[in-house]
Amino acid sequence: MEQLVQQLVNGVLIGLVYSLLAIGLTLVWGVMNVLNFAHGDFLMIGMFLSYWLYTLAGIDPLFSIPINAVALFLMGLFIYRFIISKVMKGPGLAQLVVTFGISIFISNFAALIWTPNFRSIDHTLLSGTWDISGIKLSIPKFVSSIGSILTSFGVFWFLKNTRTGKAILAVEMDREAALIMGINTERINSLSFAIGSALVGVAGALLATYYYIYPFVGGTFGLVCFCIVALGGFGSIEGAFIAGILVGVVQTLGGYIFAPSYKLAIVFAMYLITVWIRPQGLRG
Amino acid sequence: MSAVPFLDVQSISKYFGGVRACDDVSFHVDRGEIVSIIGPNGAGKSTLFSCITGFHSVDKGRVFFKGQDITNQKPHTIAKLGVVRTFQIVQVISDMTVLENVMTGGFLRHSRVADVRSHAEEMLAFTGLTDKRNHNALELSISDKKRLEVSMSLAMKPELLMLDESMAGLTRVELREMIALIRKVRANGVTVLVVEHVMEAVMELSDRVIVLNTGRKIVEGPPKEVVANPEVIRAYLGERYNAVRK
Amino acid sequence: MGMHTISGKKLAAGGALLTLLIILPLVSSSFGQHVMIITFMFAMCGVAWNVMGGYAGMFSFGQVAFFGIGAYTSSFLVLTFHLSPWIGLVAGGVISALLAAAIGYPCSKLRGHYFAIASIAFAEIVRIVFTNWDMVGAAEGLTLPMVKESLTHFMFHSSKLPYYYIMLLFLLLAVAVCYWVSTSKMGYYFRAIKESHEIAEVLGVNVVRYRLFAIMISAFLTSMAGTFYAQYILYIDPESVMIMPISVQIVLVAMLGGANTVLGPVVGAAILIPLSEYSRAWLGYKGTGVDMILYGTLITLISMYQPAGVWGAITNLMRRGK
Repeated sequence: MEQLVQQLVNGVLIGLVYSLLAIGLTLVWGVMNVLNFAHGDFLMIGMFLSYWLYTLAGIDPLFSIPINAVALFLMGLFIYRFIISKVMKGPGLAQLVVTFGISIFISNFAALIWTPNFRSIDHTLLSGTWDISGIKLSIPKFVSSIGSILTSFGVFWFLKNTRTGKAILAVEMDREAALIMGINTERINSLSFAIGSALVGVAGALLATYYYIYPFVGGTFGLVCFCIVALGGFGSIEGAFIAGILVGVVQTLGGYIFAPSYKLAIVFAMYLITVWIRPQGLRG
Repeated sequence: MSAVPFLDVQSISKYFGGVRACDDVSFHVDRGEIVSIIGPNGAGKSTLFSCITGFHSVDKGRVFFKGQDITNQKPHTIAKLGVVRTFQIVQVISDMTVLENVMTGGFLRHSRVADVRSHAEEMLAFTGLTDKRNHNALELSISDKKRLEVSMSLAMKPELLMLDESMAGLTRVELREMIALIRKVRANGVTVLVVEHVMEAVMELSDRVIVLNTGRKIVEGPPKEVVANPEVIRAYLGERYNAVRK
Repeated sequence: MGMHTISGKKLAAGGALLTLLIILPLVSSSFGQHVMIITFMFAMCGVAWNVMGGYAGMFSFGQVAFFGIGAYTSSFLVLTFHLSPWIGLVAGGVISALLAAAIGYPCSKLRGHYFAIASIAFAEIVRIVFTNWDMVGAAEGLTLPMVKESLTHFMFHSSKLPYYYIMLLFLLLAVAVCYWVSTSKMGYYFRAIKESHEIAEVLGVNVVRYRLFAIMISAFLTSMAGTFYAQYILYIDPESVMIMPISVQIVLVAMLGGANTVLGPVVGAAILIPLSEYSRAWLGYKGTGVDMILYGTLITLISMYQPAGVWGAITNLMRRGK
């Protein structure tokens, strides 16, 4: 029983990080209908950034959060402006595939310059484990989850309460109407993509405190992220948040109850079953 | 002994959550008629069409076509039985030519490609689109697209053709052409049921007019009577106008 | 768009090309023959993808599942029951088609991104299951024994030529099926479905049924390619026949060539496969992944500047030239 609760806790912790990742992806999708297959690789870049900042400059990953956010924001801006914007007018297939190309490029380039080896950050500012009546709570994981929740709610607040945020929501709801209202949808596109990337950067910093870092780590995270976003309903930020936690829990519990090697399969099965019953996802 | 009505709509109700899109609507259409359904926006006209043709399931009521219960059947089954509808926003298949679009409809009735093609050419001749047959469907003007829609529908050999706002967005000249086309369609043995806002077309074409308001049928009758009916006027112009008139 | 009758000019060009393809391997190196074989294999998968993707609008990123099931079915039947791989070929195709229908049916309402991700989810589940399934060798996979060289054994040792011609025949079969589909009622209905489910229903199309047709045809053909691969390479494991990069490669081949034309994927494969095979041979041996960097760059550039595909560009040029 204790083990079950432990796994549940672990699941929620990782799920909260998933949520942050998913919010970034669903924001981009909601605004411009692009499914960024390179999302996981952006995460990898974020993780590596934190790693190098820690290894070369002694900066704890938690303090690298703002640096990551800015760096990935700029990277997202750059990639949108010079690559993605060019395929927006083309067929949907081109939009799906261009991010594949970016993904393959980024992950292999990283492998080239950083080698495919696994890295990890061993001594962070806040490390160790708390023992709460038998349930072990890894402090880095806990801190990451808090960071995730704060960032997620920060994004909610931004979208609902700032002018730019509301403009983004407007475009998400009805692109043409927003255009008529005088909103510069192209600017909103690049901003959303950049914000989505920044969120991934933050997630990367948080994950770097306890996850292993290597050039191809993005692959699995990316796939799980798509499932989460689709489960939550493409474009729904609340949906992404809820689905992230749900998937984290299902994945961890499923791996514990059945077998660790089936963890991913259970997540995918969950996606399939959900969209069979409710094609638009939970909140789509 | 009364003949079985061609189309018999009995007490159709459709709810979306708390909204009654269709509320106990009953009417019938006789073979060979042109009947128009009118009403203010949001009156439930398109929803009614969707309920009759299987695009929405009905919550209450039944629909009979030539005596057969077609309630809640799948759209393609109903199409095969001879009831064909169009949509408010004209839809054509983008990466096909005009001819290919019509052929797609024709495959409902023929199997051999050659037969389908010649039948499609006939339909294009009927609606006057022959010289545009190799154009990409998207290149057409609105009025040509509507004629294409009619061609596609006719290729399916319907007995009942249901047109949803086919006159919207047309110029005066195009309007007259469309009215003439619908007359021609009826003359060729197809019964026509339309949802329409353009009153000129309604007055000219209809044998009977049915008025819906907030999901309910409020009046039914010949065009001239319906248009003069105070309840209909009130539905369109609102209570304040009526009060001012008094 | 492949819908008009074939002109005499096109037939002549096709004949010339075919003759070339028949002679080419006789004057190529072994590696050259290998590259062409893999090219035909991906071309076939691309053509198969087109039937459901380019025509019916169901963008599958999970085709590798059928490829893998084809490879595993025939290999398993060879190893366990000593059945001829040709029987395995058909069995694999049937199993793939049935599985495709089983998965496709509940997915009938899914379109666009939702469908794409469902296809990925499905293929990954298949991969994970096979990686953990002892009966088919789990992670270690299956190795086919070398038997006496013959057509019934679908095995040739002394030269790659028989494999070449068999794969070419398979490809021609796939092209013929795709052409037949595109000019028949099914093709028109697929295109209507691609436009929108609504308009297809309005036109009397049984959307669920026709989507299943598209998926099943696509799955069967892709499965055949998988069986071929197994007989050609003689070793299969989940990491070689069930991974997502293969699905992506298939989509790219179709997209690069021209996603709703019959021959587009053939052109796409002819460009993409030699490029990736030769760059892997020359640049990839150090494990540095430079070939993949090039590949990623190429994909990105193609999507940006020639999304309609090379075939589309060629036919546009030809049309303008008239």
